[in-house]
This record gives sequence, structure tokens and C-alpha cells, in this order.
Amino acid sequence: MKIKTEAGERHVLAITVDNEAGVLAKITGLFTARGYNIESLTVADITADHALSRITIVTSGPPPIIDQIIAQLDRLVPVHKVIDLNDAGEAHVEREIALVKVAGTGDKRIEALRMADVFRAKVVDTTLTSFIFEITGTSDKVDRFIALMRECGLVEVGRTGVVAIARGSEAL
Amino acid sequence: MTEMSGADMVVQALVDLGVDTVFGYPGGAVLPIYDALYKHPTIQHILVRHEQAATHAAEGYARSTGKPGVVLVTSGPGATNAVTGITDALLDSIPMVVLTGQVSTALIGTDAFQECDTVGITRHCTKHNYLVMDPDRLGPIMHEAFHIATHGRPGPVVIDIPKNVQVATGQYVIPEKIAHKSYRPQVEPDADAIAQAVAMIAASERPIFYTGGGVINAGPDASAALRQLVALTGAPVTSTLMGLGAFPSDDEKWLGMLGMHGTYEANMAMNRADLIIAVGARFDDRVTGRLDAFSPDSKKIHIDIDRSSINKIVPVDLAIVGDAGRALDAIIAGWQAAGHNGRDLGEWWRRVDGWRATRCLDFPEKKDASAEIMPQRAVKALFDATRGLDPIITTEVGQHQMWAAQHFGFAAPNRWLTSGGLGTMGYGFPASVGAQIAHPDRLVICIAGEASLQMNIQEMGTVSQYRLPVKIFILNNEWMGMVRQWQELTYESRYSNSYSDSLPDFVKLADAYGWTGLRIDNLGQLEDGIKKMIETPGPVIVDCRVAQLANCFPMIPSGAAHTEMLLQPSDVTGTMDDEAKALV
Repeated sequence: MKIKTEAGERHVLAITVDNEAGVLAKITGLFTARGYNIESLTVADITADHALSRITIVTSGPPPIIDQIIAQLDRLVPVHKVIDLNDAGEAHVEREIALVKVAGTGDKRIEALRMADVFRAKVVDTTLTSFIFEITGTSDKVDRFIALMRECGLVEVGRTGVVAIARGSEAL
Repeated sequence: MTEMSGADMVVQALVDLGVDTVFGYPGGAVLPIYDALYKHPTIQHILVRHEQAATHAAEGYARSTGKPGVVLVTSGPGATNAVTGITDALLDSIPMVVLTGQVSTALIGTDAFQECDTVGITRHCTKHNYLVMDPDRLGPIMHEAFHIATHGRPGPVVIDIPKNVQVATGQYVIPEKIAHKSYRPQVEPDADAIAQAVAMIAASERPIFYTGGGVINAGPDASAALRQLVALTGAPVTSTLMGLGAFPSDDEKWLGMLGMHGTYEANMAMNRADLIIAVGARFDDRVTGRLDAFSPDSKKIHIDIDRSSINKIVPVDLAIVGDAGRALDAIIAGWQAAGHNGRDLGEWWRRVDGWRATRCLDFPEKKDASAEIMPQRAVKALFDATRGLDPIITTEVGQHQMWAAQHFGFAAPNRWLTSGGLGTMGYGFPASVGAQIAHPDRLVICIAGEASLQMNIQEMGTVSQYRLPVKIFILNNEWMGMVRQWQELTYESRYSNSYSDSLPDFVKLADAYGWTGLRIDNLGQLEDGIKKMIETPGPVIVDCRVAQLANCFPMIPSGAAHTEMLLQPSDVTGTMDDEAKALV
């Protein structure tokens, strides 16, 4: 017997929670305990009094599973609100930051700098033999930049994961 | 606001919350709370013999009263021993508050003596949990915890209290009103959905009510509303294991339990219905059987207080989020306002009666006095002997549990205490302790298997200490019967580790604890033995020897549909494909 898994679609969830110890563990634990995917997760507090945090989770699954993820998150005691940013079609903005370290000299170094310019990546640190680029954009754009840097002496990458917010004047 | 120690605050909060009983076991990290309890004689502390039993006793107390059960245990092993009962309460939606001691805040994270990460360990088996780092927070947290445990879908809440927080002083504050920042479960059903439900029921030709533990949790009024709605609509009723008692078993509209060991008529009616009205039930795998064949032609209405239960397993046509009782009341009001008289369901009932005619709960037996007792007969005899005594029945988990569910009838809610979701062997006996504490004058009987009983048999000491007249009725077949039954169904009777070897002499064990021990060996002794058990004051253990190889039928085998029930042993083939084997 082989175990089958179902393909799914990508969804971005914005979740506001109490900014308290253990809440993140509760949320990530729900995903592992129920077998849901986390493709990326970001979290930081977002209110002046530090009472609330916003968690952005990129997940994937067939539509009934996405509905179930939202219902399961929504019933957790410290969760205030869960929004599926995909509900409004493409009407949300997603960004991710990556810090990309590239080492090398000569032509590769020049090529890295030139491509960084094309991608509007900023140089945030440099030595005679390395650059650190900061790139902001959709995950796709970051992926493509990193793929190119592999040809130019990529040595290390740090990524934030996705943050996202709905378009328009309404708040979450 | 009053300045007092954290331990005093805990006890004061229990008093203020109306708690009369705490089930617990002391240890180093809860000694300050135990000292505070010493000074508060209004709270009865029941000293168990193992922390797991404290949690099940609290569940028994909660299920038989509708009030939250309260547990007090120490850090480390005290907390970890409580985890099974906490998980059991989560799966069966039982309101429970568990207070755990913790090492002092400065020692947390140092692998201190009897330290464990209690909030980490219980994070996913509680409805919510707290680690209290400041005594000023104890009052609000205690009150909020009881609110969360008892509102919305009930469940267990853990409050982990470091020892120095118990000793330090702070301000005890009773929150004026518990309005939780984020936890606001929807209790009132949506009016449009109710109107749709009324119309769907009125239009249905083959309706069936499928009810669950949510009706019990919604209180006795919800059970009364269910009875009224069934009478108004004329539709048949079936129930999950957890929902037994919400509808009287002697009513002609009662089809018995559904699911894996449910009745043929209940499962066939679910399969052939054109409308299922699910009330406080969650389409558990033990209920649905093979999902793609589950009630294929019906529309489905699902009433549940937990939105995540809706569309989790079975997609439904109409969701009603809210309290089961309020939803039933609203449907009744809508039904009456619309002047519905209900359709003529005569044709539907003729089909139901056809399925009833299989008499699926009948079992073969010899009738002479020296004959071995069929376990089903033992349960029926117990039921007959206790009619009019309004007993509270608890069970362990296994064949005896299913026979009890099939053959013991209930007329009212909160009389049937069993571990459904988690299926915890060792639940029933301590649950009977909790039920007996809550109802000192009622007849409380634990229907047990000889294997399950041994999982918390140490509680005989608790029963002796508090002079509780609990009766344990063991269906002793010398096997972990349900395991053996599955081995016969699935593994060609390779009996791997399912024989209950080296059993104690239960009569002598009763004697050792100061109980009365009785043994019933054959059919001729059955009625007298049960009568003697009921009439004997104080705790009694009955070792009722039953047919060793009897199996529990009817049964929907793993991976089969409602229409593919095994009705008798000769239907068993002894093998299964891997797909079926892999299903639970």
C-alpha cells in the first residue's frame, strides 16, 4: 500500500493573535498536529502597546483543507482574527526580504553587481571579496535573484518569509 | 481587592467560582495550595491514588453534573500523569480545570527536580493553558479559565502555577465580567439558517436526527427540546456513543446508536435518508464508516457550537453554528410559527421497520441455569434489574463498552459516562468515583472489562477511603476482547498479546480493600448476583464470568460502508486488504 497525498493551492493567511508566550508554538503546533503545510511564517508585534502580533503564514492545500485551517485557527483562544488574503483574488500585496551574500573576485563579482542592479537589490555590505545584497520583492523575484547569484559565487542566504496585506482602504 | 498569597488566591477563587470538590494528589510543587486547602473545609478534596484517575474522576463529576471538574496535581510526573485524562476531556468536550504545580520561576528551564514543560506538553491537548508568572494575575486567570472551560465547546484548561507564585502575595481580583478579548464563541444560531432548516425538514420525505454529545453538553433543556422536535416532526432519531441519553431509548422513534457497532436500522436509515439533521455530533470515523459511501443521497444540516467541526469530515448543505439547545429551540419556534404539521412519513417508517425486523442485537444463547453467560445477556440483566433506580453507568473501553451502549437503555442525559473520542481504557472506574462523589445517594455502576479495569484499579483505595458505594460489574472474558475481535477479523486469529493472563482473583482483591466481592459463573446465578450487588451497601466488585469468545455485533468493519454491516460471526472472513487494515 502507498500513502497518497493531495495537491493543493497556495494561500496567504494573516492572523492577529495575543502577543504572549506560547501563542506561536500553539499555532505552529496546530499545523504539525493536523498535518497542514507551512511554506513560510513571519511574526512581529504590530500595536503600540505590544499587545497584538500579526502572523503571516503561507500554506497550501485543497480548498476544504484551507477552510478547515482557518476554522481551526479561529477557535484558538488567543487568536483574534484570521483572514485568507487569497479570498479577494489577487487583491493583496506580498513582500519578502532576503539578504544574499556573494563571494568572489573579478568578472563574477562585476556580474553579480550588475544583476543586483537589474533586480534593484541594494548592496548593504561589502569587502574586497564579497557583497551582501538586500533584495525586496515577491517570493518569485527573490527566488530568481538567488538562482542567478548561484552562478556568481553565492555563499549564504537569509530570508524573512512573506508578509502580506490586502489592497484598498480597509483594515484587517 | 485583597492582599493574599497565591495559594490562598487559588483556593479563594475556587470558593468564589462555586467549586465544591477537587480531585487531586499532593506533591512538592503544590504544597502551598494544599496548605491553603487545609484551611478551607468547604472544598472537599478527594485524594486519588494516581493523577490519571483524578482527571477521569473529574470528568465523571463533570459529565454527571454538567459542572466543570477540577483537578489539582503537582509538577513533573503529577502533570504528565494527568495528560491522558486531559486529552480525553478535550476529545469528548468535557469542561475541566486542571491546576498543576510548577517549580519556582527562577528554576524553570533548568531541568529542576520534578520539572517538566507542562504548558508545552499540554498545549495541544487543552482548549487553553496558562503559566502564571505573577500572583496578581492569578485571580483573573482562574476566573477566565473556568469561563473558557465551560463556554462554547467545553474542554480542559490547564493552569500551571510555579511554587514561588503560590507563596508570594498579591492582589486577588475577581473580574467583574469575563469578556474575553478574542474568545467569543457563537452561541445564538443565525436566524436565516434556522428558517432554512425548518423548510428543509418540512420538505423532507426521509429525515433522520443524528445527535451527539453536544446535546448533552447543552444541558437537560436541550434534551427536552430534542424530544419535542422529534415529536413535532415525527422523524427517527439515532445518536453517537456520546449522545446516549439525550433521547429516551424506550421511545418508538429511537433507532439505537449508529456507527461501527450501531444498529442495522440506524445505519441503514442514515444511508437511505434524504435529510440528516446532525445536532452536536462531529461525523467521527466510528460513525461514518467509509466516507465516500456515507449517506450518499441526503442533504445534511449540521448544528454545532464549533465551526471547525462543520465540513471537517463530511461536507454539509446547511451549517448552523451555535448552542445545540438554542438551535433546537429556534427550529421548534420556526416550525410552530410556520404551522407545519410534518409530512406523512409512513413510507419511511415502513422501511425503518423493515430494517428493525432483522433484530440485529439478538444473540445466540443457551438458556439453562448452568449455561455460560453471554455478555449481552449480562448487560440486559443489569439493565432490567436497575430499571426505576435511575443508575449512572460508566464504562471502560472495549467490547463491554459497546455491549453496554447497545443493550443498556437510557431515559435521560448525564447518566451515561464513557470515553468516546480518545477511547481510554482505565476511564470508567475513576469516572464512577467522580460521579458517586457528585451523587452520593445514586446507584453508580461501572461496567468494566477485566483488562481495562486493571488500568486504574488502584482507585479501589480511594473508594474505600471515602466509603463510596460504587459497584464494579466486570464482564470477565479473560481477553482484551476488542483486540481479539479485530485479530479475528483482520489477522486470521493470530492472537498477539490479547489474552488477559495472570488475572487477580477479583473477589479476594475486593476483600483486601474492604469491599464486597461477588462472583457469577453461570446463567443461573446472574439475576441473584446482580440483585445482591445492588442490595449490598458499600462498594461491590462483581466478577461476572462471560462467554470468552463472544464478539460484538453488528459491526461495520474497517473501511466498509453503513450498508455493509456484519450481523453475525458467520459474516466474518478473517482477512482484510491493506487499505482496510490501515484504517482505524
